[in-house]
Amino acid sequence: MTARSVLQQADITRALTRISHEILESNRGSSDLVLLGIPTRGVVLAERIGAILDGIEPGTGTVGSLDVTMYRDDLDRNPTRAPARTRIPDGGIDGKTVVLVDDVLYSGRTIRAALDAINDLGRPRVVRLAVLVDRGHRELPIRADFVGKNLPTSTSERINVRLAETDGADEVTIL
Amino acid sequence: MRHLLSTLDLTRDDAIAILDVAEDMADVANREVRKLPTLRGKTVVNLFFEDSTRTRISFEAAAKRLSADVINFSAKGSSVSKGESLKDTAQTLAAMGADAVVIRHGASGAPSVLAQSGWIDAAIVNAGDGTHEHPTQALLDAFTIRRRIHGTAARGKALDGVRVTIVGDILHSRVARSNVWLLTTLGAEVELVAPATLVPIGIGSWPVTVGYDLDAAIAGKPDVVMMLRIQAERMHAAFFPNAREYSRQWGLDDERLAVLPAGSLVMHPGPMNRGLEISAKAADSAQSTVLEQVANGVSVRMAVLYLVLSGERQVSS
Repeated sequence: MTARSVLQQADITRALTRISHEILESNRGSSDLVLLGIPTRGVVLAERIGAILDGIEPGTGTVGSLDVTMYRDDLDRNPTRAPARTRIPDGGIDGKTVVLVDDVLYSGRTIRAALDAINDLGRPRVVRLAVLVDRGHRELPIRADFVGKNLPTSTSERINVRLAETDGADEVTIL
Repeated sequence: MRHLLSTLDLTRDDAIAILDVAEDMADVANREVRKLPTLRGKTVVNLFFEDSTRTRISFEAAAKRLSADVINFSAKGSSVSKGESLKDTAQTLAAMGADAVVIRHGASGAPSVLAQSGWIDAAIVNAGDGTHEHPTQALLDAFTIRRRIHGTAARGKALDGVRVTIVGDILHSRVARSNVWLLTTLGAEVELVAPATLVPIGIGSWPVTVGYDLDAAIAGKPDVVMMLRIQAERMHAAFFPNAREYSRQWGLDDERLAVLPAGSLVMHPGPMNRGLEISAKAADSAQSTVLEQVANGVSVRMAVLYLVLSGERQVSS
């Protein structure tokens, strides 16, 4: 079975630029905005969105990372996962608009874990969700506010997101 | 990781992985809510056949920060004092549904017996067995050294080239054994300094150098000096004439502290005998990591409990 390329580098950049504008639009500006990427690739995407936001309105792209490993509901079902780092920007998240950033939205369980993790770190004013790819098949009542691309998939397919910072090149493929 | 029984069978990658998870656990201590839901519904039994305060409460704090339920079992005032065997105790705990057993026992090898016996399916964590090993103490010592040297950039690093001098009762010390295996696995150079009567037979096969003169060792400017406690409860023979002589020859007193380079760490696993193996000035100096070791102990034990209690469990039939 061969991998089918669905997003190339230019598509990814365009999608992230559009998401950045949508974030600013829905937030009515960039005040109190905190982007939290979910490791590994969500952090890369959050940093890219942060850089784009900085380009639109300088000094606005506050980026951190939020590890959800310890909040997952499937720790008993999979091999032990090594947790990644949580970095909350100075100033915390209390009263802020937090935008969670991840690469693929699938069952919604990662985002459920992320919401629990946020709960232990503070009380944001609002939490929004930005994803590069929404592939459907939700198992929880969770939806994304900002979507790079909707990709209808079957559960037997695999979505593979590769980004230059972690994998050497930008590409999204379906296998 | 199924059990943690010794540091001898930890690979370099295993050890670094545990220390890295401990770094993440240490971050939790600085948060507003110092608790993770990770081990909700799991039961951790602290099975202590020997006296201990700091190790037991450290494990208890670690388990509670991960939301596990903790049952403390100490041999005093339990059915063990009525003559119950380790097997029956283990089977009782298994019947109560323990997911992990943290065991301290006076007999070397008791934790491995428990792990291999089939009496109990739980993860076994060695919290000190006789004069054999005390792996979480060594892990927290390595973690403390790594943090002091590398600061916030400690993740992924080992201890290559770090020179550690361990001083005192090597013969009876499980802390020394666990540290020798772990620190050398991580690339550190270990020197042991002790009275000749407190050096174990067969030390020639250990990956260490052995000295008998603390002043010579300190003149060599080690990066870390780790003082061991004189364990009165294990001194069943006259290993040295008296405490004052030991203190003069092998204690870290104020004069030796003054010779020690300002950047060298002074470590002690606790509880300290102030004025015997370590002077009050040395214990309270800026070089001393004694309280950091206690704080880091909770993070390291959280990492160990997470690693033994998460992941797919083999279904035993």
